[in-house]
Amino acid sequence: MTITLDLPSIALGKPAASSGRDLRVLPLVCKLCHTTYPGTASATCEECLGPLEPVYPAGRALPSAAQIGARSPSLWRYREWLPFEGTPVHSLDSGFTPLLESPSLARLLRVARVWVKNDAVSHPSLSFKDRVVATALNAAHALGLDTVGCASTGNLANAVAAQAARAGLPAWIFIPHDLEPAKVVGTLVYHPHLVRVRGNYDDVNRLCSQVADRFGWGLVNINLRGYYGEGSKTMAFEIAEQLGWRLPSAVVAPMAGGSLLTKLEKGFREFAEAGLVSGQAPRLYGTQAQGCAPIVNLVKRGGEAVEPVIPRTIARSLAIGNPADGRFAARAIRDTGGWVAGVSDEDLLTGIRLLAESTGVFTETAGGVTVAGALALAEAGRFRSDDEVVLCITGNGLKTADALEGTLPAAPIINPKIRELEALHGRDL
Amino acid sequence: MAVTFSLPTVLARLTDGQATIQASGTTLGDVVSEIAGRFPRLAPRLRDEAGGPYPFVTFYLNDEDIRFRDGFATPVREGDEITVVAAIAGG
Ligand SMILES: [Zn+2]
Repeated sequence: MTITLDLPSIALGKPAASSGRDLRVLPLVCKLCHTTYPGTASATCEECLGPLEPVYPAGRALPSAAQIGARSPSLWRYREWLPFEGTPVHSLDSGFTPLLESPSLARLLRVARVWVKNDAVSHPSLSFKDRVVATALNAAHALGLDTVGCASTGNLANAVAAQAARAGLPAWIFIPHDLEPAKVVGTLVYHPHLVRVRGNYDDVNRLCSQVADRFGWGLVNINLRGYYGEGSKTMAFEIAEQLGWRLPSAVVAPMAGGSLLTKLEKGFREFAEAGLVSGQAPRLYGTQAQGCAPIVNLVKRGGEAVEPVIPRTIARSLAIGNPADGRFAARAIRDTGGWVAGVSDEDLLTGIRLLAESTGVFTETAGGVTVAGALALAEAGRFRSDDEVVLCITGNGLKTADALEGTLPAAPIINPKIRELEALHGRDL
Repeated sequence: MAVTFSLPTVLARLTDGQATIQASGTTLGDVVSEIAGRFPRLAPRLRDEAGGPYPFVTFYLNDEDIRFRDGFATPVREGDEITVVAAIAGG
């Protein structure tokens, strides 16, 4: 007897409804020259090629802390600060990850308190990219785009593949050819069109900007970028709410393209403007691997223009040599009184182990950069003893487990005999 | 040197819809000048008032970001492909 399981047709399903009458995207404005555009699948200003971001209606009704608190635990509880009018239809359960306190890390950093914002357990794909993809897929729906995709260093590929599968949308996903195996498997399992491109992320990115132009697909971090990026703000909203509607004094986050730092600043500011939190904006600290540190270099050097680099680091999810939001991230860091840290690959591996041993959270290489960067900042006297610090952990360690090979102690093997364990343990049990 | 110059759609409206242009010059800067002369409305989108590239517009010469070479002073060869891309990132 032969049984045929036609997985591809199940995985691809039917295309999503073409145009979301019940969901509309907000208009866009150029961050550089302030030209405005109706909502559209473009992230580039026609006048100056600067980046576009959504414009929220002035005087729109905003919820109170109590109203937000009564909503379901997803990033959509902050929907008034996401770039839509109407009801979202995809990825309704992403967001609202744990914020856990780590007294051990507070002692190590010599500050009052430390929390870990744990997007390593983000739903569904175990990284903070679930936030931006949830936003972008709804933008694709609102704009009537029936194919989505991305250029990715891995986590975004996982998030787009997972969420597109569930939404029934075909996905075209482009990655550097030599990405970590777990990130390839964690994409392929959802059966997208996965394309491995010879070159680094910046090469993939360039190809994808031409793909978006030519094919008219909704590439989440290319032509849907203006909407996509807003999803990152929800990390700031959650931190504020989970601290009891107040702000930490410092936040440490990893930098790749630089968008997360920019959106954290925007998120905290929007909650302050809405009167949901008060007090000083958190000082924002950005971390990168030394082998790909164009934003760290920019902050240390001063000025506005990022000098691109060729990435050489095991922190693949941060290996963006040409970060387009670099100047905005640098500005957010300077304006809030924060700083930057670049860490070696060796130190980031120590950072991964330290977070696991101190806090019980297994993060990927990018999280190792954040923890090691926080230690370096503490060492350099960047924190005060009364600081309340949040570390943004953006991805799961199982995705880059290979990186730890050879750095962990070997586990002994014994026969199933109690005396062998007693010998191992060094005493009678 | 005859080269091919590719523009994103968002700029092709300034070249009567041509996304790919044949041009010539001995450096990338020459090529940009020649194209700027032929398409005056495109000119201010390709280079700033000082004649250099904008931070948000990336030029690639045969797959290589010209900032890793000599910028607009980079020499071009017969048959080279130049691609203009609006900077985007994050992944
Ligand atoms: Zn503009």
